[in-house]
Amino acid sequence: MGQPSMNTLKVTLPESADSQALPQGNIKMSARDVKVFYGASEALHGINMDIYENEVVAFIGPSGCGKSTFLRCLNRMNDTIDSARVTGKVTLDDQDIYDPSLDVVQLRAQVGMVFQKPNPFPKSIFENIAYGPRLHGLVDNKTDLEEIVESSLRRAGLWNEVKDRLDAPGTGLSGGQQQRLCIARAIAVSPEVILMDEPCSALDPIATTIIEELIDELKGSYTIAIVTHNMQQAARVSDRTAFFHLGNLVELSATREIFTNPQDTRTEDYITGRFG
Amino acid sequence: MKTTNMMPEDQLDLAQKRDRMQQRVKASLKRRHAQEKRFKGMGMAAVVTALAFVTLLFFTILSKGLPAFWQATLTLQVYFDPEVIRIDPKPEKRSDESEGAFQQRYLAWQTQLGFVNFNRIILDSLAREIPEAPEYQRDALRLVTSGERFALRGLVEKDPSIIGQTLTLDLLADANVDVWMKGNIDRNLPDAQQQLSARTRAWVDELQARGVIKSKFSTALFMNPDSRSSLASAGLAGAFMGSLMMMLIVMFLAVPVGVASAIYLEEFAPKNKLTDLIEVNINNLAAVPSIVFGLLGASVFILWFKMPLSAPLVGGLVLSLMTLPTVIIATRSTLKAIPPSIRQAALGIGASKVQSVFHHVLPLAIPGILTGAILGVAQALGETAPLLLIGMSSFVASVPATPFEQSTALPVQIYLWQGNELRNFFEARTSAAIIVLLALMITLNALAIWLRKKFETRW
Ligand SMILES: Nc1ncnc2c1ncn2[C@@H]1O[C@H](COP(=O)(O)OP(=O)(O)OP(=O)(O)O)[C@@H](O)[C@H]1O
Ligand SMILES: [Mg+2]
Repeated sequence: MGQPSMNTLKVTLPESADSQALPQGNIKMSARDVKVFYGASEALHGINMDIYENEVVAFIGPSGCGKSTFLRCLNRMNDTIDSARVTGKVTLDDQDIYDPSLDVVQLRAQVGMVFQKPNPFPKSIFENIAYGPRLHGLVDNKTDLEEIVESSLRRAGLWNEVKDRLDAPGTGLSGGQQQRLCIARAIAVSPEVILMDEPCSALDPIATTIIEELIDELKGSYTIAIVTHNMQQAARVSDRTAFFHLGNLVELSATREIFTNPQDTRTEDYITGRFG
Repeated sequence: MKTTNMMPEDQLDLAQKRDRMQQRVKASLKRRHAQEKRFKGMGMAAVVTALAFVTLLFFTILSKGLPAFWQATLTLQVYFDPEVIRIDPKPEKRSDESEGAFQQRYLAWQTQLGFVNFNRIILDSLAREIPEAPEYQRDALRLVTSGERFALRGLVEKDPSIIGQTLTLDLLADANVDVWMKGNIDRNLPDAQQQLSARTRAWVDELQARGVIKSKFSTALFMNPDSRSSLASAGLAGAFMGSLMMMLIVMFLAVPVGVASAIYLEEFAPKNKLTDLIEVNINNLAAVPSIVFGLLGASVFILWFKMPLSAPLVGGLVLSLMTLPTVIIATRSTLKAIPPSIRQAALGIGASKVQSVFHHVLPLAIPGILTGAILGVAQALGETAPLLLIGMSSFVASVPATPFEQSTALPVQIYLWQGNELRNFFEARTSAAIIVLLALMITLNALAIWLRKKFETRW
């Protein structure tokens, strides 16, 4: 495999990626030389990455290495941080998402996000799901809306638990249920990509398993990028894994490859350190 | 080898050390407990003292003020003598007449009515109870407060058909009669120091014994404007209306402007030097003594914009300026307390900034905003100093109908009454006015609490 250069690994070369039984398919999103500055300090030092359609890619790395920062570049959530500045190019279906002519509202409808801490709206379960479709005018009447709510909740595996209390506040659910509610809310607007930032860090093992199964089920129809500190989780759910270190993308390859045969010593140190 | 040798010694050392430490901890425990007890005791003492003062305050105000709601009242048979009330029939508007012409005729009729000697009517009524009253007109007329003449005139003006009838009416007694009856003046003082003549005092005692004069609940305090000629009928209506108008102006000016600026500053404005400067200045404004706002109002609104003196409009504007920083600060801190995760959730699903604020942040912030706004309004309602500087401390004997007319305000009225020479009478009236103001304040605060509860229960 030769010497891995710091930022650009096989990532930028889909041909070489093929050899590792990576998901075949189109490039859904790609990042080129993405740098993020918080004020004067540079948090990401030029990231290059391609994310394929309908794959699950996991971001791992020590705390503070820039996983969340990079994830937020993919749906421009960094725009909401006053001090943050992004340079470089990020595309979705070959469209530059930082192009001034692109409406960030539309982008976020295409690239949904699930946050580390479950953050349902302090409204009813129904309203939580219905908000997105209504906002984007995806439905014409109440029946359609109810259909979307039901199907989203079903996909998130929450329907049976809440179908009798759709009017109950979303904040009254358990942590795991809340997180699934947030996932249902994200998929209710039929995004193409779902970004998840440590979605299970606040959950117990059972709820975690449910969410992991959910991710497994979603991956046929959604492209998913997930940040996790849980190596087993990365190994279980992802097709490919990206290892970040100090603002650099050190290595990105098939998950099995990363865990069995890491190319970079930093990756190896990190993984073995975790696995003991 | 070395290490194993050291071990027992080390352990011994450690045990000793621990022992010593335990001892020290124990020794310090007593002091710490004492400290805690002292702190608790002082806290309790502070709370008890505060409560005692509040209780004392309420007790004195209520015990002083409540009697003022009951005033000495004469129940008299009043004969509207056609011989005395010689006036033309009340003008009716004719179909062929212009509005102006009718107004002129009506005014002429009112002038005619104004010349009627209603004191004569009152004297005649008194004569039914006190036969010698006509001989001592001055003493007799001191029984009924002078404002009642106008009340009788008002009755006739409203319905001239009562002329020729005898009605049983409650007439307010003079303020001094009230003072005498309530024992607020020393009955043993010599005549020279008494406000009422010996004859009048004797009549009061006699009429009271016969039940003609009684302490009755009086609406004068609420229904009448301030008065200097007829003290017994001096009321709060003018001041109340003035305060009400100013409150409305503050509510419709300071609250929306304050809330809007707070939302803009907190949610939309870029964080830079300029907004920092604005923030510092708003905080400073909140700390500016209120009287300074009065000066500002006097020079800007009255001198530059030529707005009328003593008008609730100017008062409302000044109080709005004063309340603005309070509302802004309260709203901003409420918005700050809304978890950012809610905003992120909304933005993450594709809501625009404005949508995330108006759909999610504001509904959560409403209870806090309302509380802040109402407390700001309540603060404005109790403010006196700035109003003095824009002329609202002048005596106004009418109830303002518009915010452009002269008026005073409740706290200013309290201040004015507090300084009235007839202290025996106005001490109670001042406290009564304070009760009204406090009741208004408590109502506002209760409203704030209720609104907060109401909107909070939406989880
Ligand atoms: N809002 C911010 N303002 C300033 N610096 C930030 C901000 N957010 C992140 N950073 C900095 O950027 C770097 C990357 O942070 P980021 O949150 O992306 O790390 P992470 O990999 O997600 O860490 P973790 O695993 O702990 O979540 C860190 O050094 C962090 O201090
Ligand atoms: Mg993170």
